[in-house]
Amino acid sequence: MGFDTRSNIQNLLNNSSGIQLHNDSSKSQIPFWASLIRDSDINAGFNEIQGDEDFSRLEKLMILSIKDALKNSDVEVTSPKTLILLSSAKGNIDLLEKTSGKPKENRVYLPGLGRVIQDFFKNPNTPLIISNGCISGVLSLITAFRLMQAGVYDNIIVTGGDIISEFTVSGFQSFKALSDGPCKPFDKNRNGLNLGEGVATIILTANKGSAGKHKIQITGGATSNDANHISGPSRTGDGLFISVNKTIKEGKENHIENIDFISAHGTATVYNDEMESLAFTTAKLEDKPINSLKGYFGHTLGAAGLIESVVSLQSLRDNVLFASKGFETIGVTGNLNVIEKTEKREMEVCLKTASGFGGCNAAILFKKNG
Amino acid sequence: MISPNQEKVRSEEDVDFPEFIKALYQRYKIDYPKFYKMDNLCKLAFISSEILLKETGLKQKYSDEAIGIVLCNSSASIDSDCKHVESFVDKANYYPSPSIFVYTLPNIAIGEICIRNSIKGENALFVFEKFEVEFSVNYLKNLLDTGKAEACIGGWIEYSEEGFESFLFSVERKDKLEPNQAIVPFSTEEIRKLYLKN
Amino acid sequence: MDALITDLKGKIIHQLNLEDVKPEDIDDNAPLFGSGLGLDSIDALELIVLLEKNYGLKIENPEAGKEIFSSIKSMADFIKENKDK
Repeated sequence: MGFDTRSNIQNLLNNSSGIQLHNDSSKSQIPFWASLIRDSDINAGFNEIQGDEDFSRLEKLMILSIKDALKNSDVEVTSPKTLILLSSAKGNIDLLEKTSGKPKENRVYLPGLGRVIQDFFKNPNTPLIISNGCISGVLSLITAFRLMQAGVYDNIIVTGGDIISEFTVSGFQSFKALSDGPCKPFDKNRNGLNLGEGVATIILTANKGSAGKHKIQITGGATSNDANHISGPSRTGDGLFISVNKTIKEGKENHIENIDFISAHGTATVYNDEMESLAFTTAKLEDKPINSLKGYFGHTLGAAGLIESVVSLQSLRDNVLFASKGFETIGVTGNLNVIEKTEKREMEVCLKTASGFGGCNAAILFKKNG
Repeated sequence: MISPNQEKVRSEEDVDFPEFIKALYQRYKIDYPKFYKMDNLCKLAFISSEILLKETGLKQKYSDEAIGIVLCNSSASIDSDCKHVESFVDKANYYPSPSIFVYTLPNIAIGEICIRNSIKGENALFVFEKFEVEFSVNYLKNLLDTGKAEACIGGWIEYSEEGFESFLFSVERKDKLEPNQAIVPFSTEEIRKLYLKN
Repeated sequence: MDALITDLKGKIIHQLNLEDVKPEDIDDNAPLFGSGLGLDSIDALELIVLLEKNYGLKIENPEAGKEIFSSIKSMADFIKENKDK
């Protein structure tokens, strides 16, 4: 979908999706629908930076993403008051496959991945690493927000990324969780998710002056657990509701009326989307315009919360509501107001949510100021 | 801030982990057949939390959403990761298993504790090379001070073929303490002392 | 058929980690899900893997599985009917 925000947004405006049918026996015994990044594109972008070292696919993507984000900011990445925060569900899992399941090098472990990124950017702080399944991205933004409130750092570079390899494809196939076509979030004919790979970076800064024309703030965030089942979501949505409710109650100016749209998790599995619809209805948010971006990007696991937040922030900046690609007819109990066509609308506040294996949920509020 | 109750278990030489952890399960007379489906990391987290929660009675004092769980480790879910790779790497013997794959996320350990105890509050899993006491303490303090949680379970649950380690503690808001409850102030030094004690 | 049922029970106990359950504890006709063994959604997917791994039989759709997995007897019937096809 693109190697910078502008390209990604352009593709969304053109209703293009990264999801395609792949026939790749190194990743799956049968064809599967997913949004994957071509190695040639990664290497083309990366060769401009550095030729020699043997970085993994994920490391290259993370480095490219952080570089791009830094380019548009005045953050000093080598400063001790700058922290790098990484979000990833599986890290360099393809390296573990290469050695048939025998961990042979440090980078197979997340702290090892962190060290590679830290060394590249010569940042003095050990990167903080979050690995909490599919809520990792949103949780990392919440954590960064809490750290910024505590005044520990001036800037936090939050980067989320995951690559797709046979590990993830075979795993989700064993769950029969993959759709047999492009995914259809909230739709009555939805039958599973598409996997996606990608990386995104958001920089949080205490420097009010550097945010550019549109300052966007985080005004609340919370996590919760369904306490129901390790892979099946709650049947009532009460876990996600707890996150959403706590998030909305957090800031003085947070009110339900102020929320302009919801960027949901919307993986297009039968149970996830149903659960979300119940949670949003309990929270009295069923009338709010809502989308899932997974019809464009697929489910990018540890990157999802970051990629989808970047798009949501851009939605606020450009006053554009993106259609929930793949949706045609509502197929969940909660009568959600799913966005069917990309349209212009004046907006200030976005609620972003995520849910994942282990029964975890996370919610965060973004507010545009001026 | 309040009393950390702690429980610590560390691997000795030549311990067969499955037998060791099953022995603890039986010793504490825990009746929870789902235990047998868990992977090693989750079994370690689960048993540790059973012992801790029995001692502290957190569930009797706090509502489901008022209890948070924040765990850390250094190897994420490497043990299950390796098992999952083994299930598909040999194409002549290609049987990826959902019950192995589901455990290839370290936060499932938190999920198992939540399910067992109906705990629905804040949860997070961080990965460090070694147990970062100061970060953990500050993160938990923040949750309690801002009212996002009234009580928390924190600690380090690590499992890999190099060995295993479990250190769990609970912390509660001062105003929720009972009159004769023994207290230790919640600080980086106190937690570090407890962690290094054994 | 008895040998198949005994073999099947053993494999299920092993694959689903039903550690405290013995083959003689499982009633051939009792429901596997809900009551009885109280299996869950992951167990249902594991049974699909079990059928493929041990008996060479593929079930693509978990919905189709519901009928087949309703009891030990229905599983054994399915295996017997389809095994050598």
